[in-house]
Amino acid sequence: MEALSLSKLNKIYAGGVQALRDVDLVVDEGEFFGLLGPNGAGKSTIIGIISSLVRKTCGRVEVFGHPIDREPWQAKSLLGLVPQEFNFNTFETVSQIILNQAGFYGINRRTAHQRAERYLTELGLWSRRNSVSRTLSGGMKRRLMIARALIHHPRLLILDEPTAGVDIEVRRSMWDFLRRINAEGTTIIFSTHYLEEAESLCRNIAIIDQGQIIENTDVRSLLRKLTAQSFLLDIDGCLADVPKLEDFHVVPVDESCLEVEVRSDQSLNELFARLAERNVQVVSMKNKSNRLEELFVRMLERPPEAHRESAQVEKTV
Amino acid sequence: MRNSAVHPKYARQTLIALRTIAWKETHRYLRIWLQTLLPPAITMTLYFVIFGNLIGPRIGPMSGHTYIEFIVPGVIMMSVITNAYMNVVSSFFGAKFQRHIEEILVSPTPNYTILVGYLAGGVGRGLLTGLIVTLISMAFTQVPIQHPAITISVAFLTALLFSLGGFINGIFARKFDDIAIVPTFILTPLTYLGGVFYSIELLPGVWRELSLANPILYMVNAFRYGFLGESDIPIQTAYSIIIVFIIISVCFSLYLLRRGVGLRT
Repeated sequence: MEALSLSKLNKIYAGGVQALRDVDLVVDEGEFFGLLGPNGAGKSTIIGIISSLVRKTCGRVEVFGHPIDREPWQAKSLLGLVPQEFNFNTFETVSQIILNQAGFYGINRRTAHQRAERYLTELGLWSRRNSVSRTLSGGMKRRLMIARALIHHPRLLILDEPTAGVDIEVRRSMWDFLRRINAEGTTIIFSTHYLEEAESLCRNIAIIDQGQIIENTDVRSLLRKLTAQSFLLDIDGCLADVPKLEDFHVVPVDESCLEVEVRSDQSLNELFARLAERNVQVVSMKNKSNRLEELFVRMLERPPEAHRESAQVEKTV
Repeated sequence: MRNSAVHPKYARQTLIALRTIAWKETHRYLRIWLQTLLPPAITMTLYFVIFGNLIGPRIGPMSGHTYIEFIVPGVIMMSVITNAYMNVVSSFFGAKFQRHIEEILVSPTPNYTILVGYLAGGVGRGLLTGLIVTLISMAFTQVPIQHPAITISVAFLTALLFSLGGFINGIFARKFDDIAIVPTFILTPLTYLGGVFYSIELLPGVWRELSLANPILYMVNAFRYGFLGESDIPIQTAYSIIIVFIIISVCFSLYLLRRGVGLRT
């Protein structure tokens, strides 16, 4: 079943800025879906329209088959939103925020208390339930927004850059939590600027640029489009000369570190064999940058017309 | 976003949502009683002391009553109007400013439920303040209540109307200055010129005619009729005007919510 369906979605803001151009997107039930794009690409506009905070100019939005215009109660009940910016009442306590949110969705007080205890415990906020929300740390505020978005058990959870500005420990605990609720059946749409996060969490990804979806595929297929990867190799000892490796482009980073570009038609075995021939011992190796990030940057370097053309070629093939 | 109609199947959930917003709004003004309930009590006590006890005896009777008896209904009504208005405008604009209004907007809560929930807060604070001021007035004079049903219904309808006014102001407000402009430049002058401290019978012809264009005059006089059985204007006219304004304000508020004015991009 389709958890979310966007069809010919357009948004022109007052002043004439066209934020979305004929966006078509389908997210199937159970997916962990990444929505990527540079700042101002239209990600938050899409999320705003789905959650009814932004009025669409035209187009169709359905949540589990319910059009948000004609069946708002059904559509909105199935949707949970974690917005980019903190938007809770900073004078209310954690419990009040959660329980009020449950009330807005028509959940009775007893059920709301049970769910609040569950989610606040799972997200490590139970001990702070009586704290006024403005006294929470940034990471706690993020987790509070996740707990709030889940209180009515939405089948589709949309998170707009939920890990922005949180430390790596909190971020990883959030990843684990989101993976768990996704495994339990909640469809997740996730917008982020951290591409290693998207690569790690999402099975499918859409890339949006200048209000258009320029790529919409699964992560594996997307990464296959990467024609070359750059690796950083830490070498045992100091290198007097940079080894010349046929077919590989090698650049010294410092006296004990090399940057090597490996094309998709080359193998790492081949690279290591060449290095072994020259008595170069590799101590450790890592990607110079995240693979998805590399691909993302390359895709955005191309003009949108090129994306459209390549998409048409792919369809024709 | 069409969010004003709701399937009967969701009536129970809608009722829970309404109760949540109404309680949230009520809890807000009770929590900050030092800012919401105490100031009008002090201000109105000063009115009773200065205009009632100190200056009042020198003014003499007004419309057949002592001056303090005459001003008590008007002063109570003034506190009802101001507090009903200020509660909704400050709460709704605060929710917009902090963006926690989005909590409600993303939920399936119908627009009329949002409206009624906020009005419940405004009407509640308006009536509670009115009750406090009434109790304070009893320390200064014993004003009879000739028509309790009229007194209560006019207080309720007036609180409702000014809560609606506060809601509309809150929707249009973009900055804190915007929520102070209407009370300062419109509401306060109209209230003071609405017959709180004098009978329009004292005014010369043209000013009396002009006063009849002030809707607050009708509310103050209808409320005074409930207390004293005396009014400068016919009570039916007062009810009609209040109800017509309420209907117009409700329709306009729902229209603004439906259009998402000031709320949705």
